[in-house]
Amino acid sequence: MASSFLSKLWFWPRFFWRQLTSMRNALILLLLLAVAAVPGSVYPQRSADPNGVKFFYDNEPELAAVLDQLQLFDVYTSVWFSAIYILLFVSLAGCVLPRTKIHFEALRARPVQTPKNLERMPEYLSEAGDSSVLESAMVVLKKRGFRIDRQQESISSEKGYAKETGNLVFHYSLVGVLLAVGFGGGFSFSGQRVLVEGDTFVNNLASYDSFSPGALFNEGQLEPFSLTLDEFDVVYDLANRANIGQPIDFVASVSADFGQTQTTSDIRVNYPLAAPGANVYLTGNGFAPVVTVFDGDGNISYQGPIVFLPQDSNMTSLGVIKAPDALPEQLGIIAFFYPTAEKLTTGAYTSIYPDPISPLMTMNVYTGNLGLDSGIPRNAYALDTTNMEMIAGRDGPVAAIELEVGQSADLPDGLGSVRFDGLLRFASLDVAHNPGGIWVLLFAALSLVSLTMSLMVPRRRVWVRLVPGGKIEFAALSRRDDPNLPQVLEEIVQEIRSGSKK
Amino acid sequence: MTEVVLNEPLSQVSLLFVSSALAFLALALVLFSFQLVKLSTVEAVSSEAKAASSGSIMVDEKIATDKMTATERAGFILLWVSTAILGVGVVLRGVAAGRVPWANMYEFSISGAFLILLVYLTALKIKDLRFIATFITGFALITVFAAVSLFYVEVQTIMPALQSYWLVIHVVVAIMATGFLAVAAGMHIAYLLKASDRARKLFSHFPELLQLERIAYRFNVVGFVLWSFTLIAGAVWAERAWHRYWGWDTKEVWTFIIWVLYAGYLHAMATRGWNGKRAAWLGLVAFLSVIFNFTIVNLFFKGLHVYSGL
Ligand code: HEM
Repeated sequence: MASSFLSKLWFWPRFFWRQLTSMRNALILLLLLAVAAVPGSVYPQRSADPNGVKFFYDNEPELAAVLDQLQLFDVYTSVWFSAIYILLFVSLAGCVLPRTKIHFEALRARPVQTPKNLERMPEYLSEAGDSSVLESAMVVLKKRGFRIDRQQESISSEKGYAKETGNLVFHYSLVGVLLAVGFGGGFSFSGQRVLVEGDTFVNNLASYDSFSPGALFNEGQLEPFSLTLDEFDVVYDLANRANIGQPIDFVASVSADFGQTQTTSDIRVNYPLAAPGANVYLTGNGFAPVVTVFDGDGNISYQGPIVFLPQDSNMTSLGVIKAPDALPEQLGIIAFFYPTAEKLTTGAYTSIYPDPISPLMTMNVYTGNLGLDSGIPRNAYALDTTNMEMIAGRDGPVAAIELEVGQSADLPDGLGSVRFDGLLRFASLDVAHNPGGIWVLLFAALSLVSLTMSLMVPRRRVWVRLVPGGKIEFAALSRRDDPNLPQVLEEIVQEIRSGSKK
Repeated sequence: MTEVVLNEPLSQVSLLFVSSALAFLALALVLFSFQLVKLSTVEAVSSEAKAASSGSIMVDEKIATDKMTATERAGFILLWVSTAILGVGVVLRGVAAGRVPWANMYEFSISGAFLILLVYLTALKIKDLRFIATFITGFALITVFAAVSLFYVEVQTIMPALQSYWLVIHVVVAIMATGFLAVAAGMHIAYLLKASDRARKLFSHFPELLQLERIAYRFNVVGFVLWSFTLIAGAVWAERAWHRYWGWDTKEVWTFIIWVLYAGYLHAMATRGWNGKRAAWLGLVAFLSVIFNFTIVNLFFKGLHVYSGL
């Protein structure tokens, strides 16, 4: 009674386990995984395209909120996506572990008993012969790498265990990939830093403009090193008329201090610098005009390079200068930079070439309250002009200020002056490390090798039997599709024949 | 990177070759379709005749399936000629650009069509796959036509993000994978046509279903291994170029989806009750995803892979 109760209790878990680890379910889970991955390519993903998500929220806030509830902006970390792949991998383990045991046993066991009815095998030949054929068959099959079992009047042989080995290793390497992705992601980090020519960056948390660590990251992973951007160079295509102005290379020349060693090196797109504990990648670039702002009292209220954000392919760039200490009032400037300026008929400027051939900076100048004291963090690349008054600029009381390199201009009403001292470039650098990467690669490579093995190695059984009355039977069977089986059996029989005649 | 001097006149010559390949492909397609229709009518007649218990037309059936008719032979000659011309066009494009000819959609398309034709024509030497000539030629024709009419761009120097030997490895293997998967997709179509109740008669000269399934499986297997390599190589390149090996960029997503679909197909082939029609549909859906990935995702989805050149 008790045992029947127990078996009833066990029925459902066992039932579910059987279901989960069935081939049919593995297939369904795979298809589900493929389908579940689709929305991540339709909707912007926070991980890959945070601005896209923001944009979506701005345009369709209600829809965005619903999508967000369904985790459609975080598909690949969502509950439902995770559920599918976790179930899939549980199923995989439940499927592959027992098969591993069976395979180990098969590797040690002798080939199967020769079937009674060889004629039923997919490949079958028979001819007259005697026991010398069996002796010869032993030699030939052995030479061909078959595992052989002599069973009285027959030989049972099998070859291609590597197929199953490959299949199992393949599935295990997928588990390896998943684990490496998980752990690696936990300890990974990437930090962004904009560096103007001449500036130095020291690798610690405080010097990053933005930083995204994995869940298990600790600050000790940041090895102390420093980088100075000596020069940033853009190479343009000058050889081909149709491509004039196309950049063909970006080169950040840096001096690196790795503690023990000092080197100089170039960082280029596709060619990161290997620093201690991280790679340093080049992700962007632009102009950083050097500007001095004098206030009404003649004091320097700002001096230095300003990072200008590129706005188009000809490097029209936008920068913001804030002089909170200027007297009598704070000064704010929205500046445009045109590397090769050309005046349009409307009076506005545009840049017609990305390299600085005739560089020009125009400035809209504001006075008033910059709003820096309110405690709300302000974007360095934007100027909040709500509490400010335009004193020079398009549609302002005085036209916008225009400066070439080396020129300076007075601000109206004796509020000070500005000077365009020189032109530098900046590079956006990404310092990133994922310790799992190499393991993901190793497991992926292993999966590729074992997959190839599993798919290409044929697993074949060959039998030879002496039938009373002087007849010899040959038969072959292959697991799965094997177009060459007839030919292989033919060859084996040929070799056996010639062997037995000797 | 050293400066490359593009050869625009040569790229025009290349375009001329590619366009004339288009004309030859179209002619070949006409001949193959003609042959297909003729065969099916012969088949239909012969099976009706069989039903009417006359044995005399049986001979025709044999001829139809085994020997090449003049139409078919002419079709294959044209197919060889167009492949050769297309090949010259592809090579000249590479010479004109001073690099491998697969850095934008126009170039992927012409190189891809060339490779698919090459895979098919080579496979023909090993195995009698004449019966899918119509599909393969049609597919190549559409690809080259789309290349010339929709995707065409002048030769350009390539942006720094593409200046990597990974462009050579990753992309060429992807194109090769597509070649194998395309032939398999042709088999799937043949299978499904033949297996459908209504069209059985029309396609009775196609190989047996079991054989179609096996050929498809073999091509898919090779395609899948190549696709796996493409995926891994892409991740390695992404680590160099985009500072992470995987970021669920739209193109990465679709490469993954395709990989999983083909893994599903291979499973289906090993699952009782799932091979046959279901596996064929799955293989076809997987291949449609390959096409989708190449066209819609390249052109309309936002992502880092903005290399269509358009
Ligand atoms: C992450 C999920 C999985 C992936 C990506 C995957 C992928 C593959 C691939 C590509 C193959 C064909 C290669 C070969 O035959 O060696 C294969 C075969 C196979 N898989 Fe999986 N698999 C997964 C999960 C599973 C699960 C859960 C099971 C068990 C239910 C399973 C059982 C098998 C079996 C038995 C074969 C051999 C089929 C044959 O005889 O050809 N797999 N798998």
